[in-house]
Amino acid sequence: MSAPQPQGGPVARVLGLLGRSRELTLVALMLVMGALVTLGAPQFISVSNLNQVTAMAAIIAIAAVGEALTVMTKNIDLSVESTIGLVAFLVGVILREHDLPVPAAWLVGVGVGLLLGIANGAVITIFRIPSIVVTLGTLSIFRGVVFILAGGKEVNLVDLPPGYADLATDSVLGVPVFVIVAVVIVAAVGLLLWKTKFGRQIYAVGSNEEAAAIMGIRSRTVTFTVFAMCGALGGVAGVMWGIYFGTIYATSASGLVLQIVAAVVVGGVTISGGAGTVVGAALGALFLALINNALLVLQLPQELLQAIYGAVILVAVSADALLSQRQRRLAAREARR
Amino acid sequence: MTTARLQLTGISKRFAATAALADVSLELLAGEIHALVGENGAGKSTLVKVIAGVHQPDAGEIRLDGELITVPNPAAARERGIAVVHQEPRLFPDLSVAENIFLIAPPTDRFHTISWGEMRRRAAELFEQLDVRIDVAAPVRGLSMADQQLIEIAKALAIEARVLILDEPTASLSSHEVERLFTIVRRTSERGVAVLFVSHRLDEVFELCDRATVFRDGRYVTTAPTSELTTASLVRFMVGREVSLFPKEATTVGAPILEVRNLSDASGFRDVSFTVRAGEILGLAGLVGAGRTEIARVLFGIEPRTAGEVLLDGRPVEFRSPSEALRAGVAYVPEDRHQDGLVLDFSITNNITLPILGRLFPRLFLRARTEVEVATQFSERLRVRMTGVDQAVKALSGGNQQKVVIAKWLAARPRVLILDEPTRGVDIGAKVEVHRIVSELAASGLAIIMISSDLPEVLAMSDRILVLHEGRISEEIPRADATEERVMFAATGQRVQAPAGTGASSVH
Repeated sequence: MSAPQPQGGPVARVLGLLGRSRELTLVALMLVMGALVTLGAPQFISVSNLNQVTAMAAIIAIAAVGEALTVMTKNIDLSVESTIGLVAFLVGVILREHDLPVPAAWLVGVGVGLLLGIANGAVITIFRIPSIVVTLGTLSIFRGVVFILAGGKEVNLVDLPPGYADLATDSVLGVPVFVIVAVVIVAAVGLLLWKTKFGRQIYAVGSNEEAAAIMGIRSRTVTFTVFAMCGALGGVAGVMWGIYFGTIYATSASGLVLQIVAAVVVGGVTISGGAGTVVGAALGALFLALINNALLVLQLPQELLQAIYGAVILVAVSADALLSQRQRRLAAREARR
Repeated sequence: MTTARLQLTGISKRFAATAALADVSLELLAGEIHALVGENGAGKSTLVKVIAGVHQPDAGEIRLDGELITVPNPAAARERGIAVVHQEPRLFPDLSVAENIFLIAPPTDRFHTISWGEMRRRAAELFEQLDVRIDVAAPVRGLSMADQQLIEIAKALAIEARVLILDEPTASLSSHEVERLFTIVRRTSERGVAVLFVSHRLDEVFELCDRATVFRDGRYVTTAPTSELTTASLVRFMVGREVSLFPKEATTVGAPILEVRNLSDASGFRDVSFTVRAGEILGLAGLVGAGRTEIARVLFGIEPRTAGEVLLDGRPVEFRSPSEALRAGVAYVPEDRHQDGLVLDFSITNNITLPILGRLFPRLFLRARTEVEVATQFSERLRVRMTGVDQAVKALSGGNQQKVVIAKWLAARPRVLILDEPTRGVDIGAKVEVHRIVSELAASGLAIIMISSDLPEVLAMSDRILVLHEGRISEEIPRADATEERVMFAATGQRVQAPAGTGASSVH
């Protein structure tokens, strides 16, 4: 094994273990934070509160998985929040105005998400325009389509089939359905990255595109596919967003991309590409959702929430950076021996 | 006898284990044009960087007009009136010509803000002195390499340089542009500037320079007036050293694998033809910029060709991407292994299997065990020194990284292997091993093209040597007739006056 075993006492050993994996750091932070918040506000740990938190976290996590794929290839998809908004609204309109079975409407929603992703990927790879520019444009275009579709009106919960919004809090064997969907998606995409050629190619393109090309990898095909996947996953998140809120406005999910990108980065996917996991991105989403909720249940002054939220993100990422630097120093010392 | 304008004495510079410069000296007189010549790796560039303040010498002293100085950084060099013009001009393409010239110290008005009119006027004045017409308000982007070099020279004049260093300035210029450059360099030296002209091109040395200093392997060889030198004596000073460490194994050369006919690309090379056979190592020699790497990039499908044809096993092929070339059995070990050859974040295993994942795993999922087996097999065959195949390649030494790159292509089972500077930057032990591996590969029936600037390497390893000069094949030398002098002559574009003992020149 190349990774040395952490040296020293139990504390050092635990820190060493955490430093090697962003995922473990996040889990540890969430446990510590959960315990502290429960002391101050016991309702934090209640089933109904945790169901609320995890349902929202599941939606963000699914979008973050797609976003993580683009970031791993040294790209970014800023338009994903508009995809979520557009799909959520479209599914609502379909259910309100057409006599389509609910699953069919969902399928249309995911399909539209896929098409939007394909549009992003096509423009980026055919015209070779940086993805940040392309998706900044489609962020507005997709949102513009929602406004046209809405024509000044929103989709109301009462227009939808009875009990539609309850799906968000339904559970199977005590596990919320949304969480099951998110876990299945994270597992599937995680397996793709870990165990398939395509997954390896994603990391190679993000790490060194020139070298990847010389090794016979079609980096543009990889980039295109990643954006298509990000769109489809945005579609899934959009469908779930619609179920969660029931009432959908033309501006729904505006600004959500910041949370999605934050989840990806907090989850340990490096913004310069080539490294990270989707498990990390999903845990990042859960972490952010928990912080959001903790700030609410602790009943801190409203005007402080935004600033504290940002500060907690920075503290978490800095702590992880410190731990992994320490880990690298240990490893280097080990290698010199 | 005047004092030297710039006097370097006993300069030494080491990088890790290699001595780039060992106790070298150089003297530049005011108003003289002085050539610094030597093979690739002789230490010319390192010396230029020491003078320019990019590198600090480990030992030795620098005197400017008799005064002992240190040059801690490039800004200090500029302040002392030392200007360097690099082979590739280093200008800011989006800024105007005038802004580039006065970037560090722009003329200001009484409010201490930049005086644009004054800046343009003074820039125009400089070009008038050089007798060059150029729009000083236009952005640099889009100007020719030659014009950009003149801007660098104008920059030198703007700081009233006492020493002007030209580092391979003619490498990318046409002959007409070279003439114009020489006129301007002469005019500059007549103003009392000491000019150091670093070049590979011996004809230019004789045309332009008053004296020449020769370096070899980081050491000072000699200094002499060019009038007392001949091309032959200069070449002998440049290459005169023991030859050969790594003889290639004798192999039976088989059928032609790769045939190249009248191949040209957009700018790097023209009308190149050659054949490589199974079991053969074809050496591609020539100076940096002669078009060797460009040929490799076209053969591997990275760059398009503009004319000619390529035959693989007798069938015409045209690769539009590296993946097509790989599938047809052509592999390329690029010159810059950090940039192009490896995914540094990946483990040894993941690097080796990356190009062949499709073949190893025709179905959906990868199997870690198979990958490790393949990686272990090839890294052991190449004797990669590692803690294990799961080690990250960025933790390996240069020589071992290069072995991983070669292992990767061996695993892909190519028929044609193109090696671009396979031993640059690796230590001598790893070098010998790489040579042993390349030799074994040829013996196993691969057709190998080896690009190298290392003359002893080319001579020892190649069955035939193709020498390029300015994008054309200047000579094809069979192994038996190859000498360092002969390769160097051809590489510098000199026609061969067949030395006694060898036959007539054999251009096929």
